[in-house]
Amino acid sequence: MTVMEQRGAYHPTPPPAWQPRTDPAPLLPDALPYRVLGTDAAAGADPALLRRLYAELVRGRRYNAQATALTKQGRLAVYPSSTGQEACEVAAALVLEERDWLFPSYRDTLAAVARGLDPVQALTLLRGDWHTGYDPHEHRIAPLCTPLATQLPHAVGLAHAARLKGDDVVALAMVGDGGTSEGDFHEALNFAAVWQAPVVFLVQNNGFAISVPLAKQTAAPSLAHKAVGYGMPGRLVDGNDAAAVHQVLSEAVAHARAGGGPTLIEAVTYRIDAHTNADDATRYRGDSEVETWRAHDPIALLEHELTERGLIDEDGIQAARDAAEVMAAELREHMNQDPVLDPMDLFAHVYAEPTPQLREQEALLRAELAAEQEGAH
Amino acid sequence: MTTVALKPATMAQALTRALRDAMTADPAVHVMGEDVGTLGGVFRVTDGLAEQFGEDRVTDTPLAEAGILGTAVGMAMYGLRPVVEMQFDAFAYPAFEQLISHVARMRNRTRGAMPMPITIRVPYGGGIGGVEHHSDSSEAYYMATPGLHVVTPATVADAYGLLRASIASDDPVVFLEPKRLYWSKDTWNPDDPQTVEPIGRAVVRRPGRSATLITYGPSVPVCLEAAEAGLAEGWDLEVVDLRSLVPFDDETVAASVRRTGRAVVVHESGGYGGPGGEIAARVTERCFHHLEAPVLRVAGFDIPYPPPMLERHHLPGVDRILDAVGRLQWEAES
Repeated sequence: MTVMEQRGAYHPTPPPAWQPRTDPAPLLPDALPYRVLGTDAAAGADPALLRRLYAELVRGRRYNAQATALTKQGRLAVYPSSTGQEACEVAAALVLEERDWLFPSYRDTLAAVARGLDPVQALTLLRGDWHTGYDPHEHRIAPLCTPLATQLPHAVGLAHAARLKGDDVVALAMVGDGGTSEGDFHEALNFAAVWQAPVVFLVQNNGFAISVPLAKQTAAPSLAHKAVGYGMPGRLVDGNDAAAVHQVLSEAVAHARAGGGPTLIEAVTYRIDAHTNADDATRYRGDSEVETWRAHDPIALLEHELTERGLIDEDGIQAARDAAEVMAAELREHMNQDPVLDPMDLFAHVYAEPTPQLREQEALLRAELAAEQEGAH
Repeated sequence: MTTVALKPATMAQALTRALRDAMTADPAVHVMGEDVGTLGGVFRVTDGLAEQFGEDRVTDTPLAEAGILGTAVGMAMYGLRPVVEMQFDAFAYPAFEQLISHVARMRNRTRGAMPMPITIRVPYGGGIGGVEHHSDSSEAYYMATPGLHVVTPATVADAYGLLRASIASDDPVVFLEPKRLYWSKDTWNPDDPQTVEPIGRAVVRRPGRSATLITYGPSVPVCLEAAEAGLAEGWDLEVVDLRSLVPFDDETVAASVRRTGRAVVVHESGGYGGPGGEIAARVTERCFHHLEAPVLRVAGFDIPYPPPMLERHHLPGVDRILDAVGRLQWEAES
């Protein structure tokens, strides 16, 4: 019997015609990033929301500048600035309800601060006194995640668990363009879609993964297009348009909360500063490109809209700047204090109960500290 | 709840019973992995659980180990106690980043605010004629990662007790299941009241005076067999079953070696950089003045796990163990 005959025997009747399981059209992103500011859609935006976004943008920009300055003073080991990307950061924080969860990457300090995290606590990781300077449950902000995209499956698992418990909690997970190449990105999106987990994935496409440009990162038409392969909607939004990012995220959050499952959003933005203070961005990009993006600054865009529509005046703008200065001064003051660390903390949180081996090492360190103390007197 | 089980039960049945009892006792316990639902796992360890507890608690996941463990992290963040299955030892490697970068250190990173009560079941080791990637002993990798507990049962009773203890632990536990012992039976009676003691205690499986065989998991029955065979040589060998590689029970091990004055560490995984080196060092540090000979290791060769038709040459067997015991006598004879 030939192989073909065997197959014929195995399938006595022809298989049913293959049917596409989903029409991909509704899942596909628009060709161009969605915009609100400077368009007719802006008329429908809530003035109070726009003013709040503006205040947070100004505060965020100042935070980035202050933190970068602190690296020069040796107060921070490193700082990955989000200057130019503040609209994504702020919108991500403001769309979430209190019960929702935010899963930030290492660059998303501003999102955590805009969600209510103490600005000093947000910098603990980067100063080096502890890995996470806050209790994640307090504001429902997962630890700032340094490995790329590995926090995305956490967001899926948490959202899934919440739904199993009957809570209408949404998780918003943030990742950069480089992170979309990681395996965890794929696995997280696939799990989220299969489980219809209430998760929103926000990709901040800021053009570069350290030095590698998007064209060398992916051959996809856009990062938002990746969504269709998982069976979830992809949205493309202007990441420098705070009103647009807020609107698109809000819709995705509402969709997830209503049981509609996950959404992948690509916010097209630009990293004005280098990857971190330790990076030399002039090696991989030209000034003219940076200047083009400076002209599309998220704060300027929103300020223009607010001014044009008479929603803010010079006093209002100054008030936002003053508030940001107060925040910066407080941050400076706190960060210039030397943190008091307890070396015994090294052993405090490895296990719920230290192993006998750790107890021995704990005793060794305690003895060393006592000897140091004695030598000091 | 009634339990219908064969008497005596197999290790696989004891594991199933442990999962069922843990899920009954605590609604936060969720079982997840590839094929754990309808199929009941390729080794049938999760047999019947999906039927009893439903798909929400016994979940067939997409085939993606990093995703399985990564989503379990998020579930643990929200108060669940996931028990994940990595289908075979070498299939767990894609999940290593989640394990090492997140599972193992989330408690530490968050100063205790986010414990990770996840049990990671990994069928491991050789001796079942598995093809490539189905027989690795990866315990050294897990042992080298602070924040993880690493346990491995060798008896049916321990399979039950250690799995219950692992699931109850507020810390992540890598639960290594010796594949070739899945169908081993002993006198464990599933209807008897079960004891669950804290993990981290080794046990003397067979008392003896001539030397101590320090071992765990799949090598425990081999060492017991070697001890019986050693009687013909006039050796009365003590066998210590570690049960827990992290934390390590220095006391039980050192007490045994001090009694016997000689020790051989036996395991399947490679010797170089393997658990035996760590164990030998610990024993030497604690028992130097009691030792009559250097601590020897009988391990798998330092090779990728061999094809099944050659694995019997790789796995530590009775002869190789007794040969090592013979070499321990050098000082007494010289």
